[in-house]
Amino acid sequence: MHPAKTFWLLLVALLVFCFGLAANLQPQFQSLESSRRQSDNFFSLLLGDSSRIFANSSFVEADAYYHSGYYPTIFDNNEAFKTPHMAEDTGAVASHNQGEETSFMGQPRDWIDAFGRHFIPNRHTHLDEGGPTDDLSSSSEVREILPWLKLSAELDPENIKTYVVTAFWLRTKLNKVPEAEQVLREGLRNNPNDPQLLFELGRIYFENYNDLTRARNIWEAALRSWARQEPGVPQSVRLEKTNANFDNRFIFEQIQTSLAQLEEKAGNLNAAIDHWRKVKLASPTPDDIQRHIDELKQKPAAPLP
Amino acid sequence: MNNIFAVAGIVIKELYRRKDFYVLFILTIVICVIMASVNIFNDNQIIRYLKELCLLLIWISSLVIAITTTARQIPAEREQRTLLPLLAKPLSRPQLIFGKFLGCWFACGLVLVCFYAFFGALAASREHAWPLLNYFQAAFLHWVMLGVVIALTLLGSLVFAAPSSNSTICFVIVMAILCVGRYLDAVALSRPEPVRTVIYSLYYAIPHLEIPFEMRNLIVHDWPLIGWNFVALDALYLLAYAAAFLVAACLVFRRKAVN
Repeated sequence: MHPAKTFWLLLVALLVFCFGLAANLQPQFQSLESSRRQSDNFFSLLLGDSSRIFANSSFVEADAYYHSGYYPTIFDNNEAFKTPHMAEDTGAVASHNQGEETSFMGQPRDWIDAFGRHFIPNRHTHLDEGGPTDDLSSSSEVREILPWLKLSAELDPENIKTYVVTAFWLRTKLNKVPEAEQVLREGLRNNPNDPQLLFELGRIYFENYNDLTRARNIWEAALRSWARQEPGVPQSVRLEKTNANFDNRFIFEQIQTSLAQLEEKAGNLNAAIDHWRKVKLASPTPDDIQRHIDELKQKPAAPLP
Repeated sequence: MNNIFAVAGIVIKELYRRKDFYVLFILTIVICVIMASVNIFNDNQIIRYLKELCLLLIWISSLVIAITTTARQIPAEREQRTLLPLLAKPLSRPQLIFGKFLGCWFACGLVLVCFYAFFGALAASREHAWPLLNYFQAAFLHWVMLGVVIALTLLGSLVFAAPSSNSTICFVIVMAILCVGRYLDAVALSRPEPVRTVIYSLYYAIPHLEIPFEMRNLIVHDWPLIGWNFVALDALYLLAYAAAFLVAACLVFRRKAVN
């Protein structure tokens, strides 16, 4: 065969092979890309799934900072610290704590233990309440938990409560509302349509920007997202009062309560009553809710100026 | 006493001729400065994470300097064949041991002064406060605690063959005490006999070096000053252990062949 002809045939064969290989690899590469999108940060690439363990440690460390170092170790009774207090105090995270938080150390076991307690933080305090100084004017000291929360979010971008807690403290005690909004939007980029993140974002628009329309839209989106989380499961089943449904009920109640308050503020009493009725389905104190509904029914509808 | 201080002076001079301290000090500064440059939600007043990191680096550096400097003292004298001429002078074996101990201890004191000065400056740059007495308490107990570590390492250098094995064993012992020493009694309570008695005996026998170590939390989180009586008691408690290790070292060295 003519060498030039052989060369051209080989070139064509190689091109065909390359095209076939590319056509074969492209779908696989796309699926790989989508799975890597969530772990495109440095820590996830470096640590893999173990980054979640470190993220949880960082979150717990933030809570230890919230207590100015007064925190149980694995050797202490941590029943009262199952849910970090800095998360519990935001009101956006359900509490699973039991027992006495002020005396997890118990009585000193011996003289060395008793003596050693003079050299460690030995009193239960919260940073937003002044910490060890008990100076309520220094509640902005709560900023000290932020580096650990930031690290936790970097390590595990799918942990919702990290964004919720960070945003809450940023906007309530540090008056950094734009940063709080940025944190929540970052969370929503990593966890699209998450109802808890949407709920928190709605709180920013309602409580800080006083933008009722956008807050209502965001909370309604949060409700739709909550409904989509378990498609096919009726609302009544998700709101059954079982331990497994605790978080489901909690977020539903939070969103509906906020919407009801928003409608009250906007003067839409009928809409508010409608939302309070839904709150009643999930609330642990339905009688109180009914009493409030009855009060609202007595009021004439008068929108705020 | 003059003989002891003469030996101690040589040890201090040796420390500032070596590069260990400079490397660790610069490394601590570099790491802290890099960490301080991280932007955390545009807030320039966040400091506690930096204080914690800086104190941790200070503790690691001081332990490295204390153990490695002490571990090579007597083996180096033996290897360089200077031990015999040294003891041929009017210098007794216990004086040599005490001289080496004091030299290493004072050298560590100087190291701590530099480290804690940097720590104070770092904290003041954001906190705009100088809780000097709190820093003094922390640095003082840290120094006394290093006295125990130095005495232990000196004893180890007479028992173990090589400085490397001595350093490793001392590091393991010290780290174990710092990490779990405080909780041995809690562990003992959950164990059946006779393990319980063994762990309890260990708990009462070991020097509780973790007491000054855990003081870091008080410094990091701006807790009030500790009572001076407790600081004095802890210092006495630790010095008693240092003295016990030194006496043991003297007893071992008394029967040791020097060539």
